[in-house]
Parts: sequence; structure tokens; C-alpha cells
Amino acid sequence: MHSISSLFHHTLAKPWIWAFIGAFAVWLATIIFTGGQGAGQMLTAALSFATFSVIVGIGQMFVISLGPGNIDLSIPANITLAGVVSMKLMDSHNEMILLGLGAALLSGLAVGIFNYTLIRLLRIPPIIATMSSSFLILSTAIAYGRGLKIKPPAALAEFTTTHIYGVPLLAICIVVLAFILGVMLHRTVFGQSILAIGQNPRAAKFAGISVEYVRFCTYLLCALLASLCGYLLAGFSGGASLNMGTEYLLASIAVVVIGGTSVAGGFSNLPGIWGAALFMFLLVTMLNTFGLSAGLRLMLTGIIIVGVIILSTRSKQPS
Amino acid sequence: MTLSPRMFRSLLPAMSLSVILIAIFYLQPRTMSYFGLNLLLNLALPIAFATLAQMCIITVNDLDLGIGGFVGVVACIGATLLNDSPLLGVLALLGCIASYAALGALIHLRQLPSIVVTLGMSFFWLGLALMILPRPGGSAPQWLHAIMTFKTPYIPFTIIALSVVALLVHWMLKVSAYGTILRGAGGNPSSVERAGWSLLKTKVTMYALAGCFGVLAGLTLVGLTTSGDANIALRYTLLTIAGVILGGGEFVGGRISPIGAVLGAVTLTLTGSFLAFLHISPDWQIGAQGGILILVLALRAIINRAETR
Amino acid sequence: MSKNKKNIVTLTGVGKSFGAVKALQNVQLEISTGECIGLVGHNGAGKSTLMNILAGTLTPTKGEINVSQVAQDQLYNVAIAHQQGIRCVFQELSLCPNLTVTENTRVMHASLQGWGWRKKAGALIIDMLDEIFPGHGISIKALIDDLSLSQRQMVEIARAFSITDTQLRIVILDEPTSSLDAVVADQLLQHIRRFVSRGGACVLISHMLEEILSSCDRIVVMRDGTVVAEKNATDFNRDSLVAAMGSMAREYQHDANDDAASKRQGTALINCAPKLQHDEQQLRVYKGEIVGLAGLAGQGQTEMLVQLFSPQKSMAFVAGDRQSDGIFPLWSIAENITIGSMRNLLRKFLLDKNSAAALASHWQQKIAIRSPDLNHNILSLSGGNQQKALFARALASNAQTVLMDDPMRGVDIGTKQDVYDMIRAEADNGRTFLWYTTEFDELKHCDHVYVFRNGEIVADIPKTQMNEQRILQASFKASAA
Repeated sequence: MHSISSLFHHTLAKPWIWAFIGAFAVWLATIIFTGGQGAGQMLTAALSFATFSVIVGIGQMFVISLGPGNIDLSIPANITLAGVVSMKLMDSHNEMILLGLGAALLSGLAVGIFNYTLIRLLRIPPIIATMSSSFLILSTAIAYGRGLKIKPPAALAEFTTTHIYGVPLLAICIVVLAFILGVMLHRTVFGQSILAIGQNPRAAKFAGISVEYVRFCTYLLCALLASLCGYLLAGFSGGASLNMGTEYLLASIAVVVIGGTSVAGGFSNLPGIWGAALFMFLLVTMLNTFGLSAGLRLMLTGIIIVGVIILSTRSKQPS
Repeated sequence: MTLSPRMFRSLLPAMSLSVILIAIFYLQPRTMSYFGLNLLLNLALPIAFATLAQMCIITVNDLDLGIGGFVGVVACIGATLLNDSPLLGVLALLGCIASYAALGALIHLRQLPSIVVTLGMSFFWLGLALMILPRPGGSAPQWLHAIMTFKTPYIPFTIIALSVVALLVHWMLKVSAYGTILRGAGGNPSSVERAGWSLLKTKVTMYALAGCFGVLAGLTLVGLTTSGDANIALRYTLLTIAGVILGGGEFVGGRISPIGAVLGAVTLTLTGSFLAFLHISPDWQIGAQGGILILVLALRAIINRAETR
Repeated sequence: MSKNKKNIVTLTGVGKSFGAVKALQNVQLEISTGECIGLVGHNGAGKSTLMNILAGTLTPTKGEINVSQVAQDQLYNVAIAHQQGIRCVFQELSLCPNLTVTENTRVMHASLQGWGWRKKAGALIIDMLDEIFPGHGISIKALIDDLSLSQRQMVEIARAFSITDTQLRIVILDEPTSSLDAVVADQLLQHIRRFVSRGGACVLISHMLEEILSSCDRIVVMRDGTVVAEKNATDFNRDSLVAAMGSMAREYQHDANDDAASKRQGTALINCAPKLQHDEQQLRVYKGEIVGLAGLAGQGQTEMLVQLFSPQKSMAFVAGDRQSDGIFPLWSIAENITIGSMRNLLRKFLLDKNSAAALASHWQQKIAIRSPDLNHNILSLSGGNQQKALFARALASNAQTVLMDDPMRGVDIGTKQDVYDMIRAEADNGRTFLWYTTEFDELKHCDHVYVFRNGEIVADIPKTQMNEQRILQASFKASAA
């Protein structure tokens, strides 16, 4: 009995659990409202859509973990560019799928290098650097992709939309990817260096960590993940569109914060991103089901984000 | 007289505006008229107000990622409530300003990261705007439209308004006695607090001011477009940050310039026309804005490096 | 002037503890009108803590503050101190760098407002600058950012002496001359005398003993958080003042087996001069040596270490300022130890948790970190044990040279002894140590000592010639120089 309660406490102490509890509660409330109808489809849809927030959320999480001031605002533009570039290159041909993926990742690589170059060369805060570069990237994407109505290769579309017993194949792949990145975070020199820098950059330097190199790799990683998201999203939604990335600026930051990662840096919470992404989607579904208007839905989402940040900041203050 | 790096840096905003203005005049001499300027600067006023709002927040070392949504809310109120029942409309606008002040207090008291809080608020504002005006429409009050299209003699109204606003805010923050404290609170908060000033008060004041400018931005915008739309100003959020930086403001340390911010906003407004006259597709408008921003930041980095040598 | 001296402030039995560290113990101090008090003592003697209490920025844990014969309660703070006419020029500059000289004056004086405040504030500060520092060359429209360090210091001092509607009775100056040149410093000292002769009071904290001796009426000597001597300035001279600060009894006895020269052979491992060095003096470090960097705090020793530090050259760094340079506050003790050895703990690409745990517990035993569980957060440790963890981080790595930045701040005696023994043992095994310390007792463990002052090496002392007197003399500026 005692051990069960201690296990219970131990699990509750894991900060990522809250996002999942939230997601579950919202799901429960919805199916109670519908009388159990559509419970399964709802989860499938949630997993499908959450996957994309998770991909960019993880990248943003790594960047935010580097400490105050580190944030990547170029994610939406990056998504759009990767989507447009890869769609144009593949031109709906199945045999071009891998080449398209390569092109998307290359565009992400270029964006990452460009971002970091701006940060270093102009000595400006990352938020300004990534914002300026996002203007340029978005314009490039718009100019390049104007009038573009190219369907994704059939195989890619199928891959991104296939379910296995109701579980999206893509979600499974991204769970695996997230797991690998989680191992990278906790079990490699690179991952530990990110967390060390986020806690105390001076101490990290004195502990022998090459701070700038790690920062460079982190911005690169974030950009690569965003471009991967762009590629997959274009496949999922039947082609690239010029505003396909827009919602992911807020979403990428929101899932990181709600997922329990410290905004002050140095503490990452990867599982929480899944919980938060599911929560965000299910919340919208719930409010939809309740028949609330889009406006009220957005207002509640905002209130919840602010509420979470207030609560999570308080719990950290005593130390 | 040699041009000191600091002088050069403070002249950068005016210089970048001049360059783009001269280029436009060169490309299309007809713009060099009352009518031409009016057309060119059509949307400059709301963007300038929004940029000033962002500048207030940046002064106290915060950042506002929700200002675009907020301007949208005001525009929607302007196109509905303010027209239908003016008293209620004014009350709603005052409420908007009060909520901005409260936001400042919350961020200060709980030591919250402003970026995330204002990001969350951007959802809230957009939602609120949609509640007020679910689909684009409504109509701006006649008087508002009349003000915005008022024909002043010799010099277009927009230019006069921009100058007056820039000078007024310059006076408030750079000349007045309390403005000094407000900027000091961004420069060295602990020293200001040690001298007996309340940091809570400075932060609330700056957020309230930002709220006021946000309201003015929304009203001028709806006065020009005559109808409201919740999404009308979403792209202002990043644009205003760019405007403040372009205008010589810095991200931290209370180093801001109201006149520069207005110049920066106007410069960004003009990029669209500039590209049009160059026969470059409007697709590149955002890119050009980013390019100008990067160019100016690069120039500043060069100046700073020259200065430290 | 001594006839109608009136008491302004009396501190009785004041004590201040930071956790287990007692920064101040049972201090008595009286300040009256028309006197300048000199406050001297070695680093960590408690001078700045005492002055912060007087200025209202710190609350004492014990004792009583009387201002104008009225006992102050726990609520005594900066604002009340201001009202009572007590002002402090802090060691770290407290001007707003983004404001002009005039505007910074305004920040200090709430009464400068309304139309024409800028004129009033400008006149106030320029008059004061002209009075104290004739020929200062500072424009009141200049941003603080654009001023040199010494000009900023002048502005800060002039601002503290400026008077509007509130009275000004005591001005506390904490190392005011540290960034001023001799002429300007002299102008300040003259102004202090003028201010005092008009009935004001000054507390002057300085490491320049000559200026203390020449400008003060009374000198208070502090050591280890207590007042150890308090006499009229005329009753001190330079030597007796140095003697009162140090402890002559603790003269170091050289061991028979001291053989300092033996390691100074062959090529030096490190051969480097501080950036500010004017002459040819070099810092030389040989393999297996323990080299001490001595002198007063903040004389360029830390900068020297930072300049030398390069992980690629097999170096590790032990921070003295634990919170800002050493600790990773979100991590466990074990993680804080093993972060310096990550590359040794790799198995293929992944960090091996078992090896990491083994390494951490090996060093826990070796260096005696007192904690029931190394997986507890690092902040659960006392300061001394946190420091041990930082030592463990450096020693567990395979760095051949260990740089130590005054690492014993706030560490208890027992821990210190453990660490001294360990450093000696590691040095005997061929590791090299660079050790910045402000405590003479620690220099005894060094094979060679370089004394720093104003960012330069001013003395190069082998172990055989080392004594406290010599290091103190070199640390304080000689009058003739």
C-alpha cells in the first residue's frame, strides 16, 4: 500500500504528467458530452495533428533550453519554405520522395546556418535575428511558391495519413524520433551541454563546454526539425500553402511551455511536449464539441497558456 | 567636425528613411506631391502607433508578442461598439488599456517572462476580437473616418500627425522628469529602486502607455479601412519589433528612441511602395523589410565595432 | 570643530550572518558630525557589510541602529536612510548607463521635477562636479555609457554629495578612489575635509592606507567581522595599521623539506603576462607546482585566470563565485561533478550512467562530500560542500592544470584542511595548480607567489622568501611609488 502511494507521488512529481492528465481530462469531458461517440476518431485525429506540433516543439524546446533570450521565431517561415521547395522538386512523383526530403532538410540547414550567422555576426539577441531572417525566408518561400498547386507524391500523402489500428503511422515514427532525441538530450555530451548552458552559461564555459559550438548545433537542429515538419505537413495536407507555417509560431512555444520545459532554460521536458500537443488539440476539439465559437476557443486557449505559466513560475520560486 | 560613431548611429533611422524616400522619388517623381505622399504614407500612422506601443514595452526590458492581436481587438471595437453606442465603446477601450496595465503588474509581481505571457495573450486578443466581430465587417464611426481623411493645407495630415506624435512621445519619455525614471528603470532597475522609486509603478505605467498607443493604432487603422477585421493587424506584432529596432532602439537596457521608432515604422511602411515602383512582386515586401532590418543591424554592428577599437 | 560634535548614528552590537557564515559580529560604531572615519581591513573583514547595514540595503540579524538617538526597527531601509541624510557610494556603480549625467541626478532626487527640472538638475550636478573635481571635463549631457570609468566614479560621488530638499549628514564612500588617478583622488579627499569641516560626516573605506592616514580623524580597523582597533588617525602609522589588519603572530615557519626551487626547472608550462602589465614581468608556472596569485581582491587575478583558461590545453577551472561561475542549480550533486568528465564517460556515443555514478561516488568519498545521496540537488549541500563538489569536478577530469579562483570563500576550516591536503597530494602526482587567494594562510601551501595590484604583477616571491608582511606591503601601494 505504501509503495503504491509512493509510486503515485513519484509519478505526480514528474512534471510532464500534468500535460497528459490535462489532455486526458479534456478528452474525457468531450466523450462524456458526446456520450462516448467518436472517442476513438478523436484520439486518432489528435495524434495526427499533434505530431506536427511535436516536431517543431522539440526543436523550439532545445533552443529555449539554452537559456533566456533564446527563441526561434523563424520556424513558421522555415516550415513554409521547406514545404514549398520539396513539393516543387518532387512535382508529385513518387520516386522523388527521398530527394524531396533531402531538399527540405537542406533548406532547413541553410536557414539554421543563416540564423546563427546573424546571431554571431551582428551580435544581436536570437529573437531579433530569427525574426529578421524569418522575413527573408518567408518572402523567398512566397516568391518561389506563388501559384503553386502541386499535389504531394501519392506515396508521401499515404505515408503521412495512414493509420495502423487507429494510430497514425507518422505519429509512431515521430514517437521514435522523439525518443532518439530524448536519449540525445539526456545521454550525450551535446544534450547535457545544452542543459548546462541553459542553467549557467559562465559555469558551462568554465566546465570546459564550447558554448558557441553547442549553440550553433542547437539552432541548426531546430531549423532541421522545422523543415522536416514542413515536408511532412505538405504531404499530410495535400500540398504546400503559403500560410501553412503560420500557426506553428505560437504552437511551438506553447507546447514547450505547457509541456513543463523551463522558460528560464536548463530544464527540458520532452514527453511533456507530446502531452501538451495532445492537450492543445483536444482542448480545441472539446470547445468545438461544446459548440463554443472560435473566438471563445481562442480566448480560453490564451487564458490557459497564461495560467500555466503563472503556476509553473510560482512552483520554481522557492529555490 | 567629425561624425562620432554615436552620432552616426543615432542618425541611422533618419538616413535609412531618406534613402528609401529618395529612391521612391527618383523612381516615381509624381509621388513628390501632396497627393502622392498621402497615398504613400496611408497606413503609416497605425503602424507608427503600434510601434510606439512596442517601444514602451521594450523600454522596460520586456517584449510584446500580443500587440497585433490587441490592435485587432481595438479595430473591432471601433467598427462596432464605438459606432453603435459610443459611451460603451469608450468604456470598452478604457478597459483594454486597464487590462494592459494589469498585465504589466502581473508580469512584474510574479516575475513572469513577458514573451510567453504576451504570446498567450495574443490568443486571448484574437479570440476576443472574433467574439466582437466574428467576420470582417462593421463600420467605423463617421467622425473617425473624417479625421483620418482630413485634408490639411500644404502638408498631408499623416505627416503632421506623425511629427506631432513623435515629438510628443519624445517629450514624454526623453524630456519629462518622470520619463527619465521610466527609462532608468530599463537601464539599471536596482539603482532606480535604490533611489526610492517603485519599479511596479514604472512597469504599470509603461504597459498602460503601450495600451494607449495600441488603442490609437487600432482606431486610426479602422478609421482608414472603415471596417473591422479580427485578423487585420496580426502581422503588426513582428513588424513593430522590427520598427523599434530599426529606429535605433535596443532590446535591453532602456535605450529607445520615440522619433526613431516612428521613422522606423514609416520606413517599413514605404518598402511596399518602393518594391512596387521597382516592379518587383509584392511577394518580396516582407523580405525587403527583413533585408533592411538586417542591413541596418549590420551597419550598427560595424559602428559598434569601430567604437570599441 | 570637535567642540560641538553631535552624534548622528550609533550602531550597537550589530551582527549579520549569511547562513552559517558570520559576516559581522558584535560591532559598535559611532558617527558624529564633523568627522571623517576611515574603515580599513583585509578582504572579507566585513567593511562593506557594515556599510550596507548603515545605508539600509542590508538588515542586520542582531543589534541596534540608532539614528539621531532614535532606535530604528527592522523596517529601516534605503528610503529611511535617505530621509535621515545617509547616502552611500557603492562599490559597484549604481548609475543608469542609458541616461545622461543630468538625468542620473534626477533619479537620485525626487524633488527635481516640473518645468525646468533639467536646468535645475544640470546646475546641481555641474556645480558639485566643479566644486569637488575642478577641471573634470565631464559634459552633463553625456550618457554614462560614453564616460570613462573614472568619470563615472566622479559623477557618482558628486551625485552623492548633491543636496536638494533633504538634508545630507553622512556620506559613505566605499573604495571611491579605486578608479581615480592621484590628482582626482586628492581633489576628492580635499572635498571630504571641506564637507567634514562644515559639519558633515564621512565614512571612507579604502585600501590606500596613505589617504586613510592623511584624511581621516579616526580609523576603525576590522578583521574577521569584528572591530579590532579604533583610534585617532594620528595614533596610527602605515606599519601599525598593516600590523593591526594582519596577524603578526601567524608567521609562517618554513619546513625543513621546503624545496621551492626544484620544480622551477626546464621550460615553464605557462609563460604569460597580464594584459595590463607595463614591465617585463611574466607569470611562470612549472609542471607540478602550486602557484599562488595573491593581493587584494579584484586586482586582476581572476582576469588572469580567465585569460589563461583553455579547456583544449587540458585545464580545469574551480570557480570561487559558486553561484555565478560554478554551480548548475537545477542538477544533482553527481551531475555537477561529472559534467567536467563527460568525454571520459562515453561508451560509444552515450554517457554511461553507471560509470558516472561510480565516478561521482568515488570522489564523494575521496573529498568527503557530506550528503546522504548524490542524486539530491546540488543546492541541498552547504556552501562548503558545494565547493567540494566543484573541486571534485575539476580533479575528476583529466585536466593537467587546475585554475582556482579564490575557491575557499565562505568555506569552513575543516573543509579547507581536507582540500589543502588533496591539492598537495595531486601536485605531488604531477598536477599543476594556479591558485588565486586573498588569504595569507592559503599562500603557505604555494610553491611560488605572484602579488597582483591594479591588474599587474607587482611582486614575484618564491616560497622561501614569503611572509605575510611582504605580501601585505606589496598589496598596498607604497607611498613613494
